[in-house]
Amino acid sequence: MMREITCREAVREALREELQRDEDIFLIGEDIGFYGGTNKVTQGLWQEFGSERIMDTPISEAAIIGAALGAAAVGMRPVAEIMFIDFIGVCMDQIANQVAKLRYMTGGKVTIPLTIRAPGGAGRSAAAQHSQSLEAWLIHTPGLLVAMPSTPYDAKGLLKAAIREDNPVVFIENKMLYNTKGPVPEGEYVIPLGKADIKREGGDVTLVATSRMVYFALEAAAKLADEGIECEVVDPRTLVPLDKETILESVAKTGRLVVVHEAPERGGFGAELAAVVGNEGFDYLDAPIERVCSKNAPIPFSPRLERFITPQVEDIMAAVRTTVLG
Amino acid sequence: MTSIGSCCLLARGKGGLGRLTKEELVSLQKTMLQIRHFEQAVAKAFLAGQIPGFLHSSIGQEAVAVGVCASLREDDYVVSTHRGHGHVLAKGADLNEMMAEIYGKATGCCRGKGGSMHIADFNRGIVGANGIVGGGIPIANGVALAAKKRQRGQVVACFFGDGASNQGTFHEALNLASIWDLPVVFVAENNLYGMGTSQRRHQKVENIADRAAAYNIPGVVVDGNDVLAVREATLEACERARRGEGPTLLECKTYRHYGHFVGDPGAYREPGELEAWLKKDPLNLFRRYLEEQGIPASRLDELEAEAVEEVRLAVEFAYRSEEPLEETALEDVYVPTEAGRRAIL
Ligand SMILES: Cc1ncc(C[n+]2csc(CCOP(=O)(O)OP(=O)(O)O)c2C)c(N)n1
Ligand SMILES: [Mg+2]
Repeated sequence: MMREITCREAVREALREELQRDEDIFLIGEDIGFYGGTNKVTQGLWQEFGSERIMDTPISEAAIIGAALGAAAVGMRPVAEIMFIDFIGVCMDQIANQVAKLRYMTGGKVTIPLTIRAPGGAGRSAAAQHSQSLEAWLIHTPGLLVAMPSTPYDAKGLLKAAIREDNPVVFIENKMLYNTKGPVPEGEYVIPLGKADIKREGGDVTLVATSRMVYFALEAAAKLADEGIECEVVDPRTLVPLDKETILESVAKTGRLVVVHEAPERGGFGAELAAVVGNEGFDYLDAPIERVCSKNAPIPFSPRLERFITPQVEDIMAAVRTTVLG
Repeated sequence: MTSIGSCCLLARGKGGLGRLTKEELVSLQKTMLQIRHFEQAVAKAFLAGQIPGFLHSSIGQEAVAVGVCASLREDDYVVSTHRGHGHVLAKGADLNEMMAEIYGKATGCCRGKGGSMHIADFNRGIVGANGIVGGGIPIANGVALAAKKRQRGQVVACFFGDGASNQGTFHEALNLASIWDLPVVFVAENNLYGMGTSQRRHQKVENIADRAAAYNIPGVVVDGNDVLAVREATLEACERARRGEGPTLLECKTYRHYGHFVGDPGAYREPGELEAWLKKDPLNLFRRYLEEQGIPASRLDELEAEAVEEVRLAVEFAYRSEEPLEETALEDVYVPTEAGRRAIL
């Protein structure tokens, strides 16, 4: 039996192994060291690697990303943590105008091996400024790679790839998944960026889901199997680059696509994917593409309202029935 | 007491400015007690699983909220933070509506959409708490700008923490307020920690007020556990602002008795630190002062009993209130103009 660890432990292991492997890697962020991290992801690393490599900062997100960018531009490999992805709003200039564009603007003179980790997602009644899914802001910005893993196995392997990658990667964790367990082998492995994973096979409809929604999609798929509908659940794992081949292959097989993400529907990753499949897989489709996303509203505080705004398993099941039964 | 430049003097309370009657003095204690018991009640309800999300307790910092707000007019404004229950209660927020909001109920002041970190009540000049550290500081300038343009003599008290004073927004906003002489009192509530990082580890200045020198505005340091000292220093800053002479950076030295959020054990504190600060509990200090002024202990006990009862009623109101209806989640994203209605579809 392979051991099972949580997403939190998987991310921490990836960080620890990479810190051990390469002296140029350092972590930078708010309360990641002495305090052990708001989500306890980095707990123990400060004791192990010291304050020169696990660097606590003031509450200054723009300064964090700027410092990480500058260090990366001259050859280091920083891993920055933004405590909640919502706070990238504070440093969006550094991310979108600086990190993403420096290489291009300098005609390729500079390489930015920078990883930015940030947890997103609703589910804790943390309200509108601590619950968002902001991947669309990032995938819309050429120059950034965007990873969004769901399982501990994927998180570990993808984070190692992100840290070794010579392009800036935003690595989006999910606060609701930190305690989620899954099998992770003891030894070293790396998952290449841009490789989707089929989390469940099925022939009737393709469910492409990201982050926590992978679990919701799997639950929906299990229930729909009882109704005789077989869903294939595809986790793209990285949104940029996107493994179009795996997704298109799946749609070629099933003829139907439902995209599930927690970010609001308008302008989201689902819109992008629908365009890709509508364009490159038009002939495969037997039904209109469905999107299951948050409603176009901020995330409210009240648990009942939060549940209402964000996608639920029943919403996924309803969308699947719509595509399959028409 | 006020100095322009890098040297900040400790403001002393109990002096001449705006002398208070005994009843007014007593009412300061009453508000501090309300905040104390409010915070205790929400922490208890949170730990009992009745309150969703997370909470930041202001226990230990009551004198800052009350001292500042006691020097404001009813039509003045406050801009608050994630640790804002005290600020908004002191500015006159309704206990029931506020409690219900923290419970996530439909009767809450923000209809259950904001919760603890986003309490606002524009009718009472409460422009809002904020979940983004440093997010409120620039907004205070805009409120002050409007007040100035309309010449109503209003001021804005803008609360923020020591941690927030390292955000770019702090520096940008102070500079702007300085060059435009905006009527803002920037209240740095220095409780010595930004989450688990002590002030020593996050900035090299000992006094945040020293940073006023960079903007050529007055920087004042005050004992944030002395409600009268806070009130006097704020009054002076407000008078200056109302005269059109611009902002003040007022640093209140204080301490939070609990962790960063309810449930945080605060393991990062120095040994003995909490104990030392508990000896300077603002409510105990002021109670002693009131007794010295001849207010009978029985009257002060009565005050406390009143506060406890008011908070109990608020908890009952919140607990009994209905949860919001699902469809209300799509309201308030936009004003329902033609465009606004279409935008949520
Ligand atoms: C932009 C941003 N960064 C980080 C956080 C997470 N956070 C919430 S409160 C806090 C500490 C704030 O410290 P301070 O300003 O001193 O206020 P205090 O909590 O002490 O009242 C942090 C880091 C946040 N909410 N917003
Ligand atoms: Mg603080």
